[in-house]
Amino acid sequence: MTLIALPILLPFMLIIVLVFIRSTFYAKIIGVIGSALLFLVSVYLLILVSHNEMLVLQVGGWEAPYGISLVVDYLSSLMLLAASFIVFAVSIYAYRFVKAKRGFSMFFIFFFALTMGVNGAFISGDVFNLYVWFEVMMLSSFVLITMGAKKEQLEGGIKYLTLNLIASLLFLAGLGLLYGKTGTLNMAHLAQILNNDQQSILMNTSAMLFFIAFGIKTAIFPLFFWLPASYHTANITVTSLFAGILTKVGVYTLIRFFTLFFVQNGYFWHNLLLISAGFTMVIGGMAASIQYDTRRILSYHIISQIGYMIMGLGIYTPLAIAGAIFFTIHNMVAKTNTFLIMGIIKKIKGTFYLKDLGGLFKEKPFLAILFVISAFALAGIPPLSGFFAKFILIKAGIEDKHYLIIAVAVLTSMLTLYSMIKIWNQAFLRVQPSKTKVDERVKVAVFDYLPSALLALGSLMLGILAAQFFDLTLLAAKQLLDPGIYVEAVLNTMK
Amino acid sequence: MNSVILQIATRYLKVLFLSFACIAVIRGHNYPGGGFIGGLLAALYIVYSSLAFSVQQIRRQLKVKPQYYIGLGLLCALLSFMPSLVSGAPLMKGIWFTIDSSIIGKIKLGSPLLFDFGVFFTVMGVTLLFLFTLSNHK
Repeated sequence: MTLIALPILLPFMLIIVLVFIRSTFYAKIIGVIGSALLFLVSVYLLILVSHNEMLVLQVGGWEAPYGISLVVDYLSSLMLLAASFIVFAVSIYAYRFVKAKRGFSMFFIFFFALTMGVNGAFISGDVFNLYVWFEVMMLSSFVLITMGAKKEQLEGGIKYLTLNLIASLLFLAGLGLLYGKTGTLNMAHLAQILNNDQQSILMNTSAMLFFIAFGIKTAIFPLFFWLPASYHTANITVTSLFAGILTKVGVYTLIRFFTLFFVQNGYFWHNLLLISAGFTMVIGGMAASIQYDTRRILSYHIISQIGYMIMGLGIYTPLAIAGAIFFTIHNMVAKTNTFLIMGIIKKIKGTFYLKDLGGLFKEKPFLAILFVISAFALAGIPPLSGFFAKFILIKAGIEDKHYLIIAVAVLTSMLTLYSMIKIWNQAFLRVQPSKTKVDERVKVAVFDYLPSALLALGSLMLGILAAQFFDLTLLAAKQLLDPGIYVEAVLNTMK
Repeated sequence: MNSVILQIATRYLKVLFLSFACIAVIRGHNYPGGGFIGGLLAALYIVYSSLAFSVQQIRRQLKVKPQYYIGLGLLCALLSFMPSLVSGAPLMKGIWFTIDSSIIGKIKLGSPLLFDFGVFFTVMGVTLLFLFTLSNHK
């Protein structure tokens, strides 16, 4: 089962190769081929999981509660698949949109370091190991944000780093408490101990520290301020990558922790999750609707959408968790694509500001179609992926009688639709304001559209194959809600 | 700084620093020490000699860029996984074998040692990168 480690090992190998490569051309080629391989590996892992339910690797031959376990279940493999799909698309996009000062290999080294961190977080079965992957992710993302070495990038980067360091600190504190009480950090072992322990309510302090730490990483209310302060400063390629995968790692860890071992005292936690989900949705949505920089609209909009994922976890039924997973993956694909399209628009028109944009529908109808697919997928218009994601979540909410949060979710959908229509109207439909100067020399090649088209196709496929995909997410949810499966798979390999 | 005493002393201290670094790496498996400390010691020698001479001079003498040390270190770490892969054991399992030489007795070698050398080179490379980058501004 060494194959499980490939999502970590492959980026690691690519980093080593890229350190020794100076040519921009070869760095680009290696970047794209490497991400394609990574995508294939994740597809293969998903196939393996659908045959074996659960893949476990005890690293170094040190058996489960003592060593580090790598675990791939349905949730992990679905997240891996979505993340590597985005990494693949963005690596093609980087081909034309990154102007790295110190060469391309530097960009791709940190690009793959980030990928390695994200993949590691998805498959790690050990809390401390997870912490290490979070650090890998945070440091490489800091380098990526500040890559252009502009003043506002450093400002945004430092805000990002500071708040994420605080999150890491809280994470470490929670981890210490957990270890002090249980004497283990292996997730399966933790689940075994805490789920059979009447006193595990004492772990609420630890759970709260984790909740805040992951809340900062996930950008939920009221901990999201680092996100809109930093995302728009980075290169648009980097922003798209972050929008797709960074906050979703936080969502993944929240789902993992609050289904696997922080399951006692559920009433309190689920209500807390629902409350913060509601506020996250509304405030993100409202903040998005008053912005005029497209990157800022979309950044606030990321936050708003995070609310839906947390809402699924808060409702805590198989259907709701399946909905949360469905929503997360749909959102990763669609959200990244809207950012990629903004990058293309910036290339054509030279600006991100809605005031100066216009006339794109007439000039670039293909781009308009790509935007419509992703934006309306986000807004939840049938038959695109977002409709099914929201439908599952709302159905789960009604079944479990959470009417208030459902009302909030529907209202936020309107806000989403409003901000998407705002971009659509101002950038695409209306006539270009005459005072905007457009550099006519800039040519957009067909190649620029390729990654965006790929992701739009992904959104479409998620909508068309929604039933099949929903079955997968439902399997993942059922697996999550029965921690016994996880515990047995990891600890039974001990023998 | 331009002190002849320091410059001459550096030449002799080189042996001491580098052999100490090697000892730290090799003995790290059973006693305190290891790749991290060894790497710092080796980098310390270069920091020390850059005090005695100048950073630019040391940079020229070193020939290899610090980035490549980092790359080499990561490569060593990757190669240390290979024995476990080839022998079919779980990934990163330590594979040890003993060389029986009549001159210095039994020597135990294993993949963790290679990993430690990986850490050694990475730490050294990172420290040198800091040194060279920070001293770049005049």
